[in-house]
Amino acid sequence: MSTTAFLTDSTLCIGCKACEVACKEWNQISEDGYEWSGHSYDNTQAVGHSTWRHVKFVENPVEIGLGGNSGEQLPAWGFSSDVCKHCEVAGCLEACPTGAIVRMEFGAVFVQPDVCNGCSYCVVSCPFGVVQKNEEDGRAFKCTFCSDRQKAGLAPACAKACPTESIKFGNLEELRLEAQLRVKELEARGIHDAVVYDPLDTSVKGIHALFLLRGDPRSYNLPPHPEVPTTYMKKGWTSAAIAAGVMLGATLLAFLGERR
Amino acid sequence: MAENHPVGFQWVMEARHKGAKVIHVDPRYTRTSAMADYWLPLRAGTDIIFLGALINYTLTHDRYFREYVVHYTNAPIILREDFRDTEDLGGIFSGWDKEKQAYSPETWLYEGAPSADSPSGEKAGHSQAGGGHGKDRGGEAGRLYKYNDDPTLQNPRCVFQVLKSHFARYTPELVERACGIPKEKFLQVADVFISASGPEKTGAICYAVGWTQHSKGPQIIRAAAILQLLLGNIGRPGGGILALRGHATIQGSTDIPTLYDILPGYLPMPFFGSDSQKLESYIKKHGSETGWWANFDRYIISLLKAWYGDAATQSNDFCFNYLPRVTGDHSHFGYWLDMADGKMEGLFVMGQNPGVGAPNAKLQRTALSKLKWLVVRDFVETETASFWKDSPEVQRGELNPKNIATEIFFLPASGHAEKDGSYTNTQRLVQFHEKAVDALGDNRSETWFVYHLGRRLKAKAAKEPTPRNAALNALTWDYNTHGKHGEPVVDEIDGEINGYRVENRTLVSGYRDLKNNGSTACGCWIYSGMMPAPDENKARKREPHGLYGHGWGYAWPSDRRILYNRASARPDGKPWSERKKLVWWDEEKKEWTGHDIPDFTKKKPPDHKPDKDARGDDALAGDKPFIMHPDGTGWIWVPSGLKDGPLPTHYEPLESISSNPLYPEVPVNPVAKKMERPDNPYAFEGGDARFPYILSTYRLTEHHTGGGMTRYLSHLAELQPELFAEISPELAAELDIQHGEYITISSARSAIEARALITARIKPLLVEGRNVHQVCVPYQFGYKGLVTGSVPNDLLAISEEPNVRIMETKALVCNVKRGRLPQGKAGLEVWKEEMRRPA
Repeated sequence: MSTTAFLTDSTLCIGCKACEVACKEWNQISEDGYEWSGHSYDNTQAVGHSTWRHVKFVENPVEIGLGGNSGEQLPAWGFSSDVCKHCEVAGCLEACPTGAIVRMEFGAVFVQPDVCNGCSYCVVSCPFGVVQKNEEDGRAFKCTFCSDRQKAGLAPACAKACPTESIKFGNLEELRLEAQLRVKELEARGIHDAVVYDPLDTSVKGIHALFLLRGDPRSYNLPPHPEVPTTYMKKGWTSAAIAAGVMLGATLLAFLGERR
Repeated sequence: MAENHPVGFQWVMEARHKGAKVIHVDPRYTRTSAMADYWLPLRAGTDIIFLGALINYTLTHDRYFREYVVHYTNAPIILREDFRDTEDLGGIFSGWDKEKQAYSPETWLYEGAPSADSPSGEKAGHSQAGGGHGKDRGGEAGRLYKYNDDPTLQNPRCVFQVLKSHFARYTPELVERACGIPKEKFLQVADVFISASGPEKTGAICYAVGWTQHSKGPQIIRAAAILQLLLGNIGRPGGGILALRGHATIQGSTDIPTLYDILPGYLPMPFFGSDSQKLESYIKKHGSETGWWANFDRYIISLLKAWYGDAATQSNDFCFNYLPRVTGDHSHFGYWLDMADGKMEGLFVMGQNPGVGAPNAKLQRTALSKLKWLVVRDFVETETASFWKDSPEVQRGELNPKNIATEIFFLPASGHAEKDGSYTNTQRLVQFHEKAVDALGDNRSETWFVYHLGRRLKAKAAKEPTPRNAALNALTWDYNTHGKHGEPVVDEIDGEINGYRVENRTLVSGYRDLKNNGSTACGCWIYSGMMPAPDENKARKREPHGLYGHGWGYAWPSDRRILYNRASARPDGKPWSERKKLVWWDEEKKEWTGHDIPDFTKKKPPDHKPDKDARGDDALAGDKPFIMHPDGTGWIWVPSGLKDGPLPTHYEPLESISSNPLYPEVPVNPVAKKMERPDNPYAFEGGDARFPYILSTYRLTEHHTGGGMTRYLSHLAELQPELFAEISPELAAELDIQHGEYITISSARSAIEARALITARIKPLLVEGRNVHQVCVPYQFGYKGLVTGSVPNDLLAISEEPNVRIMETKALVCNVKRGRLPQGKAGLEVWKEEMRRPA
């Protein structure tokens, strides 16, 4: 069955934060506190339990804004709207002991609030730092991929509100293709550092929130090689088994030695 | 534009996608700059130098669109011999009356155009009472259809040549010296912009209040108009000067105005003078013999019929004398200063928060304490409503609640989702919006409030049929109501605005149906045709088709999407190019046709030559697209209607760090009003040592105007939760300011505190050989709501640009210091200390 995805094209983002507000309005999430961060115009600071879409502001003295002010050391301002990646192999889902985190038909990774017991295993298991526990409430929260809207045939609130079509929503494979075409188009316009962020060949095995960025994904807080913690499980269990074996052997040896 | 009009900015993004180049000129590097191909920071207040240099460049390099300029503009028209330019007189135009501090505009007229003095003998164009929103419909000061011209543009007294010499000193070198834009950068951008013109291409200029809020705001926009006319960028697709308005329906609130000097449809409010005592003399004064405004009488008489119904008859001048008269400056600042002087009794404040949103907000708040009563209608109890108990003046002991006798009525207002209504956007597009939810609690719509207030006043007046109440008793006020609160039916209001035949109340199909004999009524002639049948309100349409969105809403007038679009065709009626075709003459059908509704008389052929004594629209030739002007041309030169000159000229801001590089003797716009008084003081002219930095205020995407609609909403308040000031790393280093710490900013009016946002997006500029620092502050904070801060508008001065009486907010002077501003009286002392420093 076809699954849906976001393609967030940061070269089209104007930093208006309509996605953040539309998300909070639709999902009825509370504000994040009224703290002035001093970090450019970014005061919600990160994706978390009460911010499911978050616009990063990358203020950089070197050229980065699209087509911007070429050839000079002028200010540049990059914007990109971050969101849960809805991984194919999702660390949070794999770690959840209660079965609260499930995969929806569109490919969404969904935390069922009525099942979550607040153990926070998902929080440490997310390779992107998306899931966060609400300490007052005791449970973990993150983007639902607007599963309720999608079931009704509507686009997620953030994509719907975006005025510049920086957040595109649609079929995953079609958006993959679109992202590649867009990179070529930017290339033709003389922008050579545009990349698609789609970590297919890592252990997350692909995501449902692709990004089109300029330059190093790390400047937008996106890890170049995200890994699901469970990928280390085989290694972990093997080491544990060997250790157990060695200890058992040592114990046996000790007893055997005593009999003599 | 990306900052304050993110939704409209999607079209800029789309144009860019198709290869358009985006140039952004702004002292700050904003979210718009981030999307632009070129960003040019300039010293705030030097826009006319920048635009004048573009005009000069276009002329000296022969890059203007010659055929367009010769046929469609007044460039070939010859001016009077006694006209003298600012270049001749060191910064002022001919006609300056030093005593009155005003111009006599006669010498600005075309040669051969007789002055149009009023029947009562008052000299045309001399009245100082009004604002400029509705002035000079069709050319009050002259009969401008009479002129001589030189199509070769060679006559030294033709507009083209005068323009050339007027701007000759606006060079790239001057731009570098005065604006702080390097010469090469200017030349590069000039070439890019000017290349977007000619038969195959067009370029647009978008501006917002950054241009209007100057002591010469309208002249800045005039400079843009001159440039666009020279490049043939008006009336053509992709061209134009696009005013990005500051609120959702500001366009609508000037069309059907909340301004003191105009009536609906830009008809001037009558003055107190003798030439406005009779309807006939008022029409003679403001109407025009030629051009579209020859229909002036139809529009004012139909308006009077809509307002006064059966009471309005030919024999009583259609109740013309029930209209109030303009007796002086009744603009916001005019009456607010009257209020400060105790000359006003009461005030309604609806959808406005002058306690933080207006310049010299301290004076604004203090003046409220002189009222007997104040009505505030808003979503929340704004700073304007609560000034008496929690304003900084109360904290500092300047106001004492015990001594304030103002009785305040706070009435809750409905949000836009709680009421039917319409928005008119910057494209003149009227879009209806339906009520989505019932209003909460006692919230009521504006239509409800105004209708029921009027109904009660009328009921009261009906019991006392005195002459004083005659206007109120005659007023038609008969809308049907519905729902449990008696909400007036909005479609009935729209029907009245559209206009109807008095005889049988059938709706008219457009303003061409309106008559001057009282047989038609129309609430606003430019909107006529929006609702031609009771079940057809075109503002509700949601089926767009074609390139220009016809079928979505209704663009006044007559659903034309691009004004003056006759100019999109050559003088012979054929499109300038296939690529840019919009409206053209169909030779077979003998009529104008195209992708847009032609803004021209449909059957008037391109080779139409008017008879000698033709009047009205017939008097304009078939190649004169600018039908609202009596001569049918686009005005590079404004012969009548402006108070501060026929051409834009650079003057420094009223408060400036610099002297005028062009006219040292005339530092500032000589006609602008400083309204200087003890509670509205200024820094010294030509550079005041106490205030070495430029202060510019602006708006953030995250907040709306004075913040009454956003600082109280958690999801918006958290996005920009505290007042900050943007300063450059260079200034921060000079003053030893750390990022994020508090700073105190002071002006000649007051002092505020803000967090320092040190950013490379603000650059010091090299002006006249020295580093100039600009301090940029969003003005949207106040002391109420979920997030609070000092009121930056306390720093600004009240001032009046001469034509539309707008204040200067984009270029003033200030000082910056490390550290917080103490609360209470101590804060006042800090500011006084600043003022005592040597100037």
